[in-house]
Amino acid sequence: MKFINKALVAAAFATAALSASAQEQFFPALSYRVGPYAAGGTGFFGGVIDYLSLLNAQGGINGVKMTWEECETEYNATRGVECYERLKKSRGGATMVEPLSTGIAYGLLDRVAQDKIPMTTLGYGRSDAADGRVFPFVFPLITSYWNQAAGMMKYLGDKEGGLEKLKGKKIVHLYHDSAYGKEPFAVFEAYAKQYGFELIKLAVPHPGNEQQSQWLQIRQAKPDYVILWGWGVMNAVALKTAQRNGYPSGKILGVWWAGSEEDVIPAGSAANGYTTMTFNTPGNYPLLDEIKKKVYAAGKGNLEDKSRIGSTYHMRGVTAAILWTEAVRKAQEKYGKGKVMTSEQVRWGFENLNVDEARLKALGAFGMMPPVKTTCLDHEGSGAVKVQRWDGKSWKAVTPNWVVGDKAMIRKMQEESAAKYATEKKITPRDCSKEG
Amino acid sequence: MQFFLEVLIGGLLSGVMYALVALGYVLIYKASGVFNFAQGAMVFFAALTTAGLVDSGLSLWLALPLTMVAMVVLGLLTEKIVLRPLVAQHEITLFMATIGLTFFVEGLAQAIWGANVRSLDLGIEDVPLEWLLENANMAVSQFDLIASGIAAVLVTLLAIFFSKTKIGRALRAVADDHQAALSIGIPLQHLWGIVWAVAGFVALVAGLLWGARNGVQFALTFVALKALPVLILGGFTSVPGAIVGGLIIGASEKLAEVYIGPHVGGGIEGWFPYVLALLFLLVRPEGLFGERIIRRI
Repeated sequence: MKFINKALVAAAFATAALSASAQEQFFPALSYRVGPYAAGGTGFFGGVIDYLSLLNAQGGINGVKMTWEECETEYNATRGVECYERLKKSRGGATMVEPLSTGIAYGLLDRVAQDKIPMTTLGYGRSDAADGRVFPFVFPLITSYWNQAAGMMKYLGDKEGGLEKLKGKKIVHLYHDSAYGKEPFAVFEAYAKQYGFELIKLAVPHPGNEQQSQWLQIRQAKPDYVILWGWGVMNAVALKTAQRNGYPSGKILGVWWAGSEEDVIPAGSAANGYTTMTFNTPGNYPLLDEIKKKVYAAGKGNLEDKSRIGSTYHMRGVTAAILWTEAVRKAQEKYGKGKVMTSEQVRWGFENLNVDEARLKALGAFGMMPPVKTTCLDHEGSGAVKVQRWDGKSWKAVTPNWVVGDKAMIRKMQEESAAKYATEKKITPRDCSKEG
Repeated sequence: MQFFLEVLIGGLLSGVMYALVALGYVLIYKASGVFNFAQGAMVFFAALTTAGLVDSGLSLWLALPLTMVAMVVLGLLTEKIVLRPLVAQHEITLFMATIGLTFFVEGLAQAIWGANVRSLDLGIEDVPLEWLLENANMAVSQFDLIASGIAAVLVTLLAIFFSKTKIGRALRAVADDHQAALSIGIPLQHLWGIVWAVAGFVALVAGLLWGARNGVQFALTFVALKALPVLILGGFTSVPGAIVGGLIIGASEKLAEVYIGPHVGGGIEGWFPYVLALLFLLVRPEGLFGERIIRRI
């Protein structure tokens, strides 16, 4: 009898546990906290977890709590795919996936379409994935590399007094010798052709811890600007080597993966005055104060070093989590408030996001990121960027307003590239006019 | 001509930096016949420990001896826990053990000091020498010149240590044959302990200079990749060979990148040194200064 009682109690607990997990929205976190890119990984995934914790502290989304599980990828594509496979069916199924790695994202491209799990690639990955007709499950949210490159050109043009003033100038594209570094070629070439500046492309082999020959070539070419399209150690070494060769840091404009504290601190004084692109405006926001008050004060903060709250990667992680959870919220509006959403329902949410200024204000994140409005056609949702400058201690916004390049030109390029991909992969693009 | 000279000098100075890392490999190999795969990780560990101690409020001059103690302890523990049980085992077994050690040391460094990147200021400005810039329009790094001086001193000391001291000669005997050295009463464990401690010191010097040059971050472990072609060229057992190999690799990769690179799409300095080393292997497998091994069959 005693045994039966115990069994009944255990069964009751199990049922309660199941019903509890049934009320939780699961996010797999393909994080990297060790290895070469751990500094960025800890900041980004720390930001994600901090925001999800804050939401839970506020009662979740219409009562649905957020849950997550981390899997260490070490930024390794094989491990990343393994982590995805391990977690995609955990705890009722993955809501979505964000690998924060181009290599892993490419490894998952076909799998997410097959598993019907949306994948966000915030500020990286294939720029043509913005065409939702060909990539229904991929969301390069906020701004793709191509729109960022167009934003760079717009900013440099504005500095000179108009894009037409770039005529006769020299711009060096110093890039990580990989698909990532070559991604903006087409955009820069199009601008160089249209506005008549000389584009000099210089490759830096991975990992980029030695760049003397590239910077000597830059010294010889005497360019007006250097665009630094680097990653990891390459960024700090570029700044140090520029200083070693007497090239002013103020003339270097970095990609947003070259624009975090982790990129400039190792460079020391060589980074002072250096500018980079960003999709977050540096500074403090009421949302970050809430995180400090409700998450860190309760001992649930994810960052070991509290001074990193609001740093570039942390803020980027918070931004990502806002967009993920706003997609869940949007999906709940259509499929039932207070219910756990399936990955397909969340995909719909991602495709119908409308995080406007009013919503950002309500979230306490007004100005932190540009408004994002996605559609079936446009999975990017913004295309806006900002420029920030390192003053030796922190990042400061240089452009007060969001900068947008030639979006029409970029959209045309995205559609052409996506159509080519669809032909190669034998994908029939969706007809967005029939999507609800 | 001025630009060619600038590229050449820049390459030679970079080569000295590679040689600094290569020296650590040579030391261990020369003394124990072990190719220490973990040398890059030791460089990272040393730099991170120094930067971590400085960031926690210690002065650089206090952090340096403390890091040195940590490196000696790491070297002695490696000898005691990893290598001693493997005495007289095949070389590949010892090599595999050092691969395991690499991952352990990398993980240990990040576990102790965290994954954050750090800067390391040695008080040497990394700017072009003004006099050369003004008079010859050549940018030669002041930091790299000082680093070269440090490397020259280190090489001289190590060369004297190996050729003129009793311990140095005993270490060479150990490298030739562990069991034979043991049979004539050479205290193998004691000597290995010493050489791992010295390799720790070399890793500290390399870590400080590379850390100050590039920032202290995980990618310091990758500088080991630059040392491999240097070793092939200079020879695994020669201290001066590491320097000469470094100079050749540094200069040739820079010249190749500048003068050949643009014709083949650029970015060739990552693999060019390996091609050069490979070609060299075909002609002189023991390297420029390595010991020629003749086996009778």
